[in-house]
Amino acid sequence: MTQTVIDDLKKSQILELLEQGKRVDGRALDEPRRLTVEINAIPKANGSARVRLGDTEAICGVKIQPDRPFPDMGDKGIFICTAELLPLSHPSVETGPPGPDVIELARVVDRGVRESHMVDVSQLVIQENKSVVGVFADIVVVDYDGNLFDACSYAATAAILNSKLPKWEMQDDIPSLVDGAETALPTTTIPVSITMAKIGNHIVVDPNSDEWASMDSRITITTDSDGNIVALQKGGKDGFTLDEIVKCGELSVKVGAQIRETLKRTGEDGQ
Amino acid sequence: MGGRESTMVLLDENGIRCDGRKIDEPRRILIKAGGLKNADGSAYIEFGENKILVGVYGPRDVHPKHMSNTDTGILRVRYHMEPFSVGERKNPAPSRREIEISKVIKEALLPAVILENFPRTAVDVFIEVLQADGGTRCAALSAASVALADAGIPMRDMVAACASGKAADTIILDVNNEEDQAGQADMPIGYMPTLEKITLLQLDGVLNPEEFKKCVETGIHGCEIVYDLQKKALNEKYFKNGGDK
Repeated sequence: MTQTVIDDLKKSQILELLEQGKRVDGRALDEPRRLTVEINAIPKANGSARVRLGDTEAICGVKIQPDRPFPDMGDKGIFICTAELLPLSHPSVETGPPGPDVIELARVVDRGVRESHMVDVSQLVIQENKSVVGVFADIVVVDYDGNLFDACSYAATAAILNSKLPKWEMQDDIPSLVDGAETALPTTTIPVSITMAKIGNHIVVDPNSDEWASMDSRITITTDSDGNIVALQKGGKDGFTLDEIVKCGELSVKVGAQIRETLKRTGEDGQ
Repeated sequence: MGGRESTMVLLDENGIRCDGRKIDEPRRILIKAGGLKNADGSAYIEFGENKILVGVYGPRDVHPKHMSNTDTGILRVRYHMEPFSVGERKNPAPSRREIEISKVIKEALLPAVILENFPRTAVDVFIEVLQADGGTRCAALSAASVALADAGIPMRDMVAACASGKAADTIILDVNNEEDQAGQADMPIGYMPTLEKITLLQLDGVLNPEEFKKCVETGIHGCEIVYDLQKKALNEKYFKNGGDK
């Protein structure tokens, strides 16, 4: 998203409001936007979720299929998460290979889910060193209003929580599908990412697109169900002090717990 | 992180790590300012077994033109690994990992450089990893800061970088390749010691909130060690030899 004169004007207004402890859309500084989750939006996928975070919308579909294991990980299944920004999501998005922003988005979302060990890959082995189950969580962003990191992360988490794992058995050296033996995809925890923007000396949770265009730096922290920090990424053109980092860590645990309740409920309704 | 089981002892009963270091001891670090003839600024770093060369060009004309900014100079960073830098040959084309690292290093350097006085220009930082052994982004960032200073780019502070992490349930400084593969957490940190500002921070691995704080503090301590060596490198080039290369 390119910077314009309007963005400069918006930034001074956003800063002015923050000095009074207010945000452009009336939220508290530590208040995320409304999160709505529609699960199983894509019945042909093994699990799916359509997530709206304010006006940012992302859809995640999970496909589960047999795959060859990585050479040094023959006793573990495969988990891969991707994210893509579709041209229909914003006028400035063009078709073509992803730029650095989108590559970072995909890698940060993947790292959050992966490092939390949410998907229990040790239970996804069909035959050791030969055939394992691959879980592919592909996310597309369809509407842009800032903070794609969290919208994509929630979409992936909700889709994985509601995924059904088909069963395969080896027959004549190839995995073959066992009908009617689906189980819930084994998960160990619910990772939740919280992205915070630093604007001036203020830290706001879940920045919308105006705040995103005005921020000096940002930090995305993913926590697990036990309140541990499992992944983190700093971005933007300014830095953070140690105190600010510690404060962001505390915020991510606190706000993350609220979001986790919302995501957990979708899992309970869906099973 | 914790992905691979290993028979290796990461930390023995005397608190000594697999490569003989203590828990708060960085690897051997060698930094040299200058070295390249054509680049406006350059630096070479050896950080344990990592060997990285950085060249800086600029401020210079921007190509393609549409990237230029009329208010300020722009910073461009390319982090690239040679095909022979790792165990199995790496495809020379930039990978998604290299593109992400280029971006985080750029954003780690942006708070330090002052480019407002050079509108419509670009400063290009080229990072070439000749040999990689865990912690390349930190070593690369430390060397890039020295190369920028060597190029005479105005800076608020230098960015020093070092990783901290967790292995064998202990917070350790400067995670090596083995500890990265078999350890529990890896946290690269970039820090401006004079301004006390963190400009690069990433984490993968599991830490509780107390460990998280200790890990950041440990990394900052490592950055301060690197910072002294960066200053020493510039001193050696500019004040010991009368300013010649």
